[in-house]
Amino acid sequence: MQAMVFRRILIGFATLWVVSIIVYFGLSVLPGDAAAIQLGQAATEESLAALRAQLGLDRPAYVRYFEWLGNMSTGDLGISNAGGATIASLIGFRLGNTLELGGIVAVISVPLSVFLGLAAAMYPGTWLDRALTFGTMSLVAVPEFLIATFLVLIFAVKLKWMPSIAYMSGGETFWEWVHALAMPILVLVVVVSAQMIRMTRAGILNVMNSPYIEMAILKGVPRKRIILRHALFNAIGPIINVIALNLAYLVSGVVIVETIFAYSGLAKLMIDGVQTRDFPLVQACAMIFCGTYVVLLLIADIAAIMSNPRLRNPK
Amino acid sequence: MALLEVENLKIEARKDDGTPIPIVKGVSFEVKAGEVVALIGESGSGKTTISLASLAYTKPGLEFCGGEVRLHGEDLLTMEPLKQRDLRGQKVAYLAQSAAATFNPAITIGEQVTESAVLHGILTQEEATKRAEELYVALELPDPDRLGSRYPHQVSGGQLQRLMAAMALVGKPDLLVLDEPTTALDVTTQIEVLKAFKKVIREQGSAAIYVTHDLAVVAQIADHIVVLYSGEVQEQGPVDQIINNPSHDYTRRLMAAVRPTPTAGMSDDDDHGHGRAEAAIAARGITAGYGGIVDGEPAITILRDINVEVERGDVVGVIGESGCGKSTLARVMAGLLPSARGEIVLNGKTLEPALEDRDRDELRQVQFVFQMADTALNPRQYIGDILGRPVEFYLGLKGEDKRRRVLELLDMVELPPAFADRYPAELSGGQKQRINLARALAGNPEVLLCDEVTSALDSIVGANVIKLLTNLRNKTGVSFVFISHDLSTVGSFADKIVVLYAGRVVEQGPTDQVLSPPYHPYTRLLITSVPELRVGWLEDTMKTREAAAGIARGVEITAVGCPFFNRCPIAIPGTCQLETPPVRMHGDGHEIACHHSLDEVEHSEAETQKVLHGYEKAIVDDDSAIKA
Repeated sequence: MQAMVFRRILIGFATLWVVSIIVYFGLSVLPGDAAAIQLGQAATEESLAALRAQLGLDRPAYVRYFEWLGNMSTGDLGISNAGGATIASLIGFRLGNTLELGGIVAVISVPLSVFLGLAAAMYPGTWLDRALTFGTMSLVAVPEFLIATFLVLIFAVKLKWMPSIAYMSGGETFWEWVHALAMPILVLVVVVSAQMIRMTRAGILNVMNSPYIEMAILKGVPRKRIILRHALFNAIGPIINVIALNLAYLVSGVVIVETIFAYSGLAKLMIDGVQTRDFPLVQACAMIFCGTYVVLLLIADIAAIMSNPRLRNPK
Repeated sequence: MALLEVENLKIEARKDDGTPIPIVKGVSFEVKAGEVVALIGESGSGKTTISLASLAYTKPGLEFCGGEVRLHGEDLLTMEPLKQRDLRGQKVAYLAQSAAATFNPAITIGEQVTESAVLHGILTQEEATKRAEELYVALELPDPDRLGSRYPHQVSGGQLQRLMAAMALVGKPDLLVLDEPTTALDVTTQIEVLKAFKKVIREQGSAAIYVTHDLAVVAQIADHIVVLYSGEVQEQGPVDQIINNPSHDYTRRLMAAVRPTPTAGMSDDDDHGHGRAEAAIAARGITAGYGGIVDGEPAITILRDINVEVERGDVVGVIGESGCGKSTLARVMAGLLPSARGEIVLNGKTLEPALEDRDRDELRQVQFVFQMADTALNPRQYIGDILGRPVEFYLGLKGEDKRRRVLELLDMVELPPAFADRYPAELSGGQKQRINLARALAGNPEVLLCDEVTSALDSIVGANVIKLLTNLRNKTGVSFVFISHDLSTVGSFADKIVVLYAGRVVEQGPTDQVLSPPYHPYTRLLITSVPELRVGWLEDTMKTREAAAGIARGVEITAVGCPFFNRCPIAIPGTCQLETPPVRMHGDGHEIACHHSLDEVEHSEAETQKVLHGYEKAIVDDDSAIKA
């Protein structure tokens, strides 16, 4: 088993490395380099060349790539093209915001989804199951900006319970903070839960057809225990994977929700970086997002391996 | 009052449009305390459905619609669900056919065995664990105090089957329901499991319903037999009466399909005009296994130095217990598993070891027939397409010609032309197996590799498939490699038998010679393990030395010495486990790999016969004769 886990970790690093190549060289094929952007319209051939030399852009691309990669892996994210601040300082506060929002959503949605998924699987065909199946299917199908707009319309515009933007000035009390974040949290919980509920339900029901479940019924095991002890442990692999994908999405994919609620998170920073052609910033953000995916999926894979007794206890 | 009374039980399935299909049509029988009642019949007779009714359970899609099932006088079918649940595992316990599928792979054996008793509050966890360990001992399971902490995949199939008995017995149920509990096992394992069941049932004093299609097994374990056909009772009575004096036609048909005890001269060994020609396919010095190959040795060696020849038009039976390498040999011949050493020769031409290096004509000549027709046939394709594909690929036929060939194939396997337009799901198990055969025959092959093709079928259906194979052989001159763990099936129609043990050929030769003395000690164990349709056979067999010495131990694949050493009743310590046994020739093409001379082997055979017939004193004399 150790060998399998070790191999997964190696594959994780390899993935990150490939991604870094794509991110770095992908951005460098875009027209205009940092010097051109910085000098803008006023650029002359001489001033461009001078600035390029100063920024080190006259060296071959692979040299710059390895320098960048080396810096990245030691935690030095570089200097922003726009304004000259360190990228670490730009990202630090935004990343905190993103993790805060994502963390709260995860803490609410993961247990909620697994619970609802189990409930639907426990009583298949009942009104609860039908309502959940129908509801989650609708939510998966509807784009999230629509859900967000719709919820804002209800809770902020009509009922006026919550603010429509998640603005924070710092120094709020806990309840002010919850109040300010309530709308984006609500939207994200709704969006990510739908998929996780469906997957939990499907995973459990798939296992419920197995002979060992019938055996448990014939042993007089109560239905609740059949689901929680006999079925869940065999269905855990795919469920964990969907959870991991959704958590990764909470870090990288929430740009629409952040934009709608004017929440200053990392995804929005990246989009801003694209608009101002701040390549070092975009590269750093992209690497953080990819790293999140790789790490979460790695954890999911390892959890799936650990939950399989065949792999955990070889003959 | 009997313990369980089933009265006029009716169970129905429902079609999509709501019309009911009767599955069980008014069945009545009873089980007295301490009695074993066998429900016998072929698949579709409703025997499993009836047995599950004694747990107040039906498979999804079925429903009770009449009659009563009374346990201790109380009707189970009208009981409220909570009381039904209390009954299951506590008063009535169930043992399923495939223990491998019935044990939850993610939960330890101990928890699964004790779960029911603890949940029902019969025993505390400590008491239950203690009782489970007592049962492991009673069921002769190895390492009883650590067994509970292991997972199902860590023990063997035969052990799991006995563990399921422990699982059923922990709660001291009044009634056990055993659903084909030995059908999936090797004969040697079957004896062991039957013996354990019989002993435990007797010691615990519980009654049992024993569901099976195997009359020979029933004769060993049942007191009373209920013969079922199509959801109706055909005949019922005490075991002696049904076995020795069946009155109903269907019972007689079942008896006729019972696999005969393998003996010499049972195959219709008339010469079908093939003489001693060159081999159609031959394995020469094959060593094969799994994992990376270093110096001709795979990481895990399964087969070691195998030499087998299949003459044109011959049927060569390959037998041995599960895990002995039977299927691996077929996979090596087909090229699915390239061998590490040795070569496969087809019509005098050495084939490439790997499938992808063989040309299309070589592929055409060696075809594989898989065990499970259910999984081998694509459920979304018409039979016509399943058969048409190889016809087009190998013979290059299209359109009308292709269609004609498909119908010809259907005719060869004795199915009507209309089947071309059906899906596999519309066919019965036996019919699907015929299609599976027809698919392999599509390209006019030289050699068919049949891997346990009758093992999943009922005795009657299986016998028909064997008949078909015999006809095909006579008509087409195809050679068969017929893999089976069932010696009597192989003995009934093979020209030649190869006995594999732990990846090595221990004996091979013409069927008549392999099935008559001298035997390799392992062949003899296999032959004596096939149940006979005779009350008391089990007890007699358990008295023999083979059974005592050979059954309980596991198969070990060894690199040196004779692999059968640890189970052999006549092993020579110091020699057998260290030196590879010499291959001794006996008559024409009959080889036995054993350290004993064939005279010694034969002598020990005579001894066994005496034990079998109860001449215990004679053995003592014989033994002293050997020493002298």
